[in-house]
Amino acid sequence: MSDLLWLIPALPLAGFLTLVVLGRRLGDPIAGWLATSTVGGSFLVTAAVFVDLLSKDHESRRLTQTLFTWVPAGNFEVGMGFLADPLSVTMCLFICGVGALIHLYAIGYMRGDENFSKFFLYLNLFVLSMLMLVLGDNLLVTFLGWEGVGACSYFLISFWHTDESNASAGKKAFVTNRIGDWGYMVAMFLTWTVVGSVNYSDIVATQAGASPIVGVTANMLVVLFLVAATGKSAQLPLFVWLPDAMAGPTPVSALIHAATMVTSGVYLLVRLNPLLESATWANDVIAWVGGATALVAATIAVSQNDIKKVLAYSTVSQLGFLFIAVGTGNHVAAIFHMVTHAFFKALLFLGSGSVIANMAHDQDMRHYGNLRRYMPITAATFIVGWLAIAGVPPFSGFWSKDEILSGAFARGGAFYGLWVVGLVAALLTAFYMTRQVVMTFFGEEKWRSLDAGGDAHEDAEAAHHDDAHDDHAHHGLTPGFEPTESPWIMTVPLVALAALALVGGVMNLPFTSGTKFLEHWLEPVLAAEFHHPHGATLWALVVIAIAVAVVGILAGLGVYVRRRVEPDVVEKDVFAHAWYIDESYARFAGGPGRKAFDAMAWFDRNVIDGAVNGAGWLASRSGDAIRRLQSGQVRGYALGMAVGAALVLGYFVTRMGF
Amino acid sequence: MLAAVIVERVVWAVAAMIILGGALGVIGSENPVHSALSLVATLFGVALMFVLQEAYFLAAIQVIVYAGAIVVLFVFVIMLLGVDRFEVLWGRERALWRRPLAVLAAVAITVLACVGMLATTTELTGAPSATARLDADNDVMVIGRSLFTDYVWAFEITGVLLTVAVVGAVVLSRRPTVSAIDWDEFPVDEVDGEDEFTIDEPQDAGDEPTEVAS
Amino acid sequence: MSQSAYLVVAAALFGLGAAGVLLRKNPLVMFMCLELMLNAVNLTFVSFSRSLNDVGGQVSVFFVLVVAAAEVVVGLGIIVAIVRRRRGASADDMSLLKG
Repeated sequence: MSDLLWLIPALPLAGFLTLVVLGRRLGDPIAGWLATSTVGGSFLVTAAVFVDLLSKDHESRRLTQTLFTWVPAGNFEVGMGFLADPLSVTMCLFICGVGALIHLYAIGYMRGDENFSKFFLYLNLFVLSMLMLVLGDNLLVTFLGWEGVGACSYFLISFWHTDESNASAGKKAFVTNRIGDWGYMVAMFLTWTVVGSVNYSDIVATQAGASPIVGVTANMLVVLFLVAATGKSAQLPLFVWLPDAMAGPTPVSALIHAATMVTSGVYLLVRLNPLLESATWANDVIAWVGGATALVAATIAVSQNDIKKVLAYSTVSQLGFLFIAVGTGNHVAAIFHMVTHAFFKALLFLGSGSVIANMAHDQDMRHYGNLRRYMPITAATFIVGWLAIAGVPPFSGFWSKDEILSGAFARGGAFYGLWVVGLVAALLTAFYMTRQVVMTFFGEEKWRSLDAGGDAHEDAEAAHHDDAHDDHAHHGLTPGFEPTESPWIMTVPLVALAALALVGGVMNLPFTSGTKFLEHWLEPVLAAEFHHPHGATLWALVVIAIAVAVVGILAGLGVYVRRRVEPDVVEKDVFAHAWYIDESYARFAGGPGRKAFDAMAWFDRNVIDGAVNGAGWLASRSGDAIRRLQSGQVRGYALGMAVGAALVLGYFVTRMGF
Repeated sequence: MLAAVIVERVVWAVAAMIILGGALGVIGSENPVHSALSLVATLFGVALMFVLQEAYFLAAIQVIVYAGAIVVLFVFVIMLLGVDRFEVLWGRERALWRRPLAVLAAVAITVLACVGMLATTTELTGAPSATARLDADNDVMVIGRSLFTDYVWAFEITGVLLTVAVVGAVVLSRRPTVSAIDWDEFPVDEVDGEDEFTIDEPQDAGDEPTEVAS
Repeated sequence: MSQSAYLVVAAALFGLGAAGVLLRKNPLVMFMCLELMLNAVNLTFVSFSRSLNDVGGQVSVFFVLVVAAAEVVVGLGIIVAIVRRRRGASADDMSLLKG
């Protein structure tokens, strides 16, 4: 079976190459079907690998395949190697599975787009990169995928790049991710210095061996990898790119910016869990970064009016939960929530895409309302997603989120505070998702009372804030507009994802150790066992979690259905402006940052360029001077030769000695 | 014996006079035809000296190839391009220092070469031959044997060289439909100052077209 | 009669040839002066060949003759091509290689 490992990334690669060559000719929709089938094929191969691993002994569930030596440089040797162990296969399964569904959905969503085949070309390239990222058996191959997904993210965010704001959103994502990449590279160099290899197996062996990496080195390594993860997984303080990334087509938001790419930071940290085990305070940093992100992003989501922005901040918030899980050592819960989150957040994004596509590409929730009448399937599946993310049992999100929170509680000490932060974030999650569902699918049909321009109800400030990124909105949504349901090609993935979001929790039910399939499955990869709470504590925590979810939903219903409180009370300006984080970055970069850049530019222009140009000037001037010797006149050359011959003769004659 | 020595000296003196006189004629004639004729004299003098040194075969070759082929070629080209063109011998030079320096260099080369060679010949006392000994009576045979044994590669390569030269000459002197050289890209320099060649325009242009090649 | 006498004549011939190349502007005459220089060299070859009693010098003369013939053929071809283009061109008029 290990011989077939290369097929998993090779299929999207084949699709990508085919689309590069033939994409335009295949066109709409064959290019999309081709891309979908390659990802589906990867899913089948992954499933075969999964079955193969299942059939093996618990401890020997590990397949490797090295295609060739990629970097043979002295004692630094890196192979193009793939590693299939429970962790990477889990990742691959949901990447390919969710990815194939989203590809299918995108065939419908992107219908009629002039760059249809290019879109699927990028999608296939993305899946290829993502699979390289999770399948790589060393840090360098992972980094290859890491940069690949970053590049694809950039391409796809700016897919409609004729719009200036989309292009700059892509650039923002790219530049912000560079900071994370810096962390990754430095961490990789440091790993090679201290371990002598960048292979995961060597890192694991070193940590399990006689002289593991501990102390400051381990902590700094983890912090550097954390920097990498905060960039890719949109954590504080680098999360600012993800909300802007919603400028891309909605399937991209679902696939890249919700389900797969943004979780790669978490994957990286879980992959390096033996290192994390040796680190001390660095784990607390991870956990608190996650907690802060979860809370801040949840508060911001409360005040957003763009349907995709809400989901974007929700994604940031949920990723914060994943970091809490990683930081508290609860790696199984991190992967568990990552998978369930992939299900329900992809579902929510695709649902929002279905709404947007049928609402003349207006993304403002204040123009929606009562859409359940017009889009029953979208509404039903969206509601499943809502209940899952809000944490209502028995939907999948409840089980995974509860696992994270109870894990934080179980650590005790300062982590009680983190647990409270998590609960507040969970409550806010339930609240803003309720708000979104109510505004979108219930209530009055607000677009009926719109002016022709569509902007009448927006106060100037909010409009200013939103306009920067959703320029695809505001056209064509008139009072006479009649929404319709999406075609089957878009609703089938919705239904499939809804089903997964509903039952995804069975992967890891907390009742007995026999129902914790995921935990047993991942055991060979994880260095240490996590001690969950049990007995009465567990049940108390479950009750609290349910209560929090219910309170959040009821509060949302109270505000947006019963109107007991005016929405303005909760929708603070500071939330709508994302705590002014973006603005302060801009101000810093525009003020002291600008001066520093200017100084660098001056140095570059005058000193570096001066030296370079000076060398060129010197060469050119001396050439000019010497050039005059070349008169082109054969008699001049003959004269030179004659004089030279005379001199040579003279030299020999004087040396002869008579 | 004495007579032979005297004869040799006389012949040598005559040959030297012919050679140097011819050489002066070559470089001193305004008319290229006169230069060519002086060249013939020089070549003949050199052939004489070959005879004096018992290189009979080379003397014959010298006369046949040089006087018979090369000089004829020169004269032919002169005729082709028109004989009515004279060079102003002591016209303006581009730089004043150039002409004295040229004379100085030529004199220096002559003197230094004399000194060098004369000093060397004092040490050459018929050292053993490296390839083959001379044999005045059979020098064709000796040279031929050398050419086809020790120097066979050089001999073959000169054959190739000759072929290439012939092909090159044909290509160069053919009147092409499309010029092999883009002359507009390489303009001929305009000489500053007066035209250094005086061209006697034929009085009746229709009589004899001097512009053979244009 | 020693070889020195021939060598002196050869040196003088060589100097005259060199002077001609350097002083004359007519490309044809310059060519003839080159022939003078080649002949001077031939003369030294033969002289040394005799004093060393070695046929190698005479063989060299043979090769010089051949090369001179080839050179004259190509050189005259070039001169014809140039003069065809512009009547009365002197060696100073051609400076394609001017830097």
